[in-house]
Amino acid sequence: MSEVDRRDFLKTAGFATAATAAPVEAAIPRSPKQISPEAVGMLYDSTLCNGCKACMSACKMANNMPADAVPESLSGWNKGTWDSPEDLSGRTLNVIRLYRNGAAEVKDREIDGYAFVKRHCLHCVDPSCVSVCPVGAMSKDPASGIVSYDPDVCIGCRYCAYGCPFGVPQFDYTDPFGKIAKCQFCVHLQKQGKIPACCDVCPTGASLFGPVKELEQEIGRRLAAAPGTPYAFARGKIGGDRPPNESTIPHYTKAVYGEHEAGGTQVRYLAGVPFPDLGLPKVGSQSPASIAEGMQHTLYHWLIAPIVAFAGLAFLARRNMAHGRPDDEPKS
Amino acid sequence: MSIAAPLRSKLITPTTLVLLALAAVGFYFLLERFLYGLGAVANINQGYPWGIWVVFDVIIGTAIGCGGFAMALLVYVFNRGDYHPLMRPALLSGLFGYTLGAVAVMFDLGRYWHVYNLLLPWHAQPNSVMYEVALCVMAYVVVLWMEFSPAFLEGRAAGGFRRFVDRWMWAIVALGVLLPTMHQSSLGSMLLVMGYKLSPLWFTLWLPALFVISALMMGYGIVMFEATVVSRSFGLPSHRALISKLSVVVGLITVAWLALRWGDLYARHVLAFACVVSVRVVMFWIENALFLAAALIFIVPAWRAGRRASFLGAVALLAGGSLYRLDAYLIGYTPVTHWSYFPSVPELMVTIGMIALEVLLYLVFIKTLPVLHGRPARR
Repeated sequence: MSEVDRRDFLKTAGFATAATAAPVEAAIPRSPKQISPEAVGMLYDSTLCNGCKACMSACKMANNMPADAVPESLSGWNKGTWDSPEDLSGRTLNVIRLYRNGAAEVKDREIDGYAFVKRHCLHCVDPSCVSVCPVGAMSKDPASGIVSYDPDVCIGCRYCAYGCPFGVPQFDYTDPFGKIAKCQFCVHLQKQGKIPACCDVCPTGASLFGPVKELEQEIGRRLAAAPGTPYAFARGKIGGDRPPNESTIPHYTKAVYGEHEAGGTQVRYLAGVPFPDLGLPKVGSQSPASIAEGMQHTLYHWLIAPIVAFAGLAFLARRNMAHGRPDDEPKS
Repeated sequence: MSIAAPLRSKLITPTTLVLLALAAVGFYFLLERFLYGLGAVANINQGYPWGIWVVFDVIIGTAIGCGGFAMALLVYVFNRGDYHPLMRPALLSGLFGYTLGAVAVMFDLGRYWHVYNLLLPWHAQPNSVMYEVALCVMAYVVVLWMEFSPAFLEGRAAGGFRRFVDRWMWAIVALGVLLPTMHQSSLGSMLLVMGYKLSPLWFTLWLPALFVISALMMGYGIVMFEATVVSRSFGLPSHRALISKLSVVVGLITVAWLALRWGDLYARHVLAFACVVSVRVVMFWIENALFLAAALIFIVPAWRAGRRASFLGAVALLAGGSLYRLDAYLIGYTPVTHWSYFPSVPELMVTIGMIALEVLLYLVFIKTLPVLHGRPARR
């Protein structure tokens, strides 16, 4: 049942308690992973974003990604000359999407309003993609917490794409030798002492880079301040030397996306409209990887169960074959 | 008791020619896939990275290939030697179900030239359910060929390989039960990471148990299905009494499966989700109705006695089990953004081609190797 079905269903049937029963808060998860004290992250403040998409083109240039066009059916006005991705794809690591409702008159208002959202990898604390990859092509840096991808190891099974709770990793289906694309926090730029391209070019500070700890404090300050209070929004990197964006505190929804979702992520979101409107899925606080691994580690603990099962099966098979040679036909 | 013998009927018939043509069409589109990329042939997209090549050819295909697993469990573990005549045809269908499933994985993999990384210990990722499935399926394909090898070796001089197989057959058979138990349950565990993306009608911690038991049911289903079709097509004596006896066992397993499924739905308080009208809820009900129909046909004595009972029951089981897998992997799944998926014609033709190849190889093998019991009706 999709989220929409679910909501309709709740309205009509009034089985609210029954139907909101979380699917998985259950028995055997392995213990959750903890965020690294040196983890780096990003704060995307939807209320500061003006939809200029400078981050999208900067991302393409910094990561050498090709232009991506809207689907052919919509491409009457654009045959691929302009980079105009509709969603994340094998060619697009970062995309700005628009929420609009009714007359779309006022920014950051749910009814008759509009808002922007930036979609890319959230760098989970306990990433599903790392957990599901059969060959370890996805890895999470133990210090920075950056989740990166190694195309020289990847077999292209796309389990990461299927399993990601945020729909982030994307395979390039247009290329016979395609690979997975996902945001890696411009790790190559960070090695040169720079910051991720999207935060570097963001004119308003909507995308802000920095250590997760400092970003968390910043989120606390923004949510604590009363709407309308003058506020200096940092730009580029938190604690950096760029002149801030002098503005006022908007009406936040008073929720932080990414703090608990899927066991927590290193990218956090603030917004003026509810997160599901922005296409950020409702995800429980338990990391999905911990459930799958919990089951797997229970069933395959030191391979005890398979070994015992093999011994039992082998004993029975041997005993039952002793009467004849059952690999061949019974000679009777 | 009769012994197994090759049918020795003609290899080139209208049926085999049609199957060959279908396989050729599939191969044509596979060539396109390798030249122009997955997207040129398949409709998989940003929201649906897995399509029918994964779900039908591998997830469903290997479950249909569980005949050898199901019969080995019955014959060798529960010591029901009287079912032995059904063993070899069951192994044969498993042989092709699994071998072609493994081939299908190869053309679905986006970076197939790296597939050997699965076998390199320094790339091993034992937290991944798929890693377990991959190794286990590879090992089982080898085991299946060894289990089936006596059919090739019969009547030949006893060489080193034959002595090895004879001597260790008990271990091979034990692996032939253990490995499918492991990877068929893991095909259910693969969905445990899906969380909210999978409807609560399918998402449960019991997925591994539901998958492995239904694989067993589908394994018995394919054995009954084949026995009927093959005896009809080639005028062989049918194993009706044997199959009727087997069907009671299968009926009881099906009832147990339904009890587990519905008990779990009830215990998780999600039965309400089955009361709205949507495509996936309709599919959910069809799935369960098929299982229930199979259970009733097999258990109610008057129905079981019917001439076509075992065949109809087997078809219901195979359809129900296949739909359960299709639902769990694709129809009960909701992508994060609003993408939809329906297989393209070329994509379908590849899957149909693989099925045709499977049936074709099955026919060639039963005509040339000692697989089936009974007097061959020479034409």
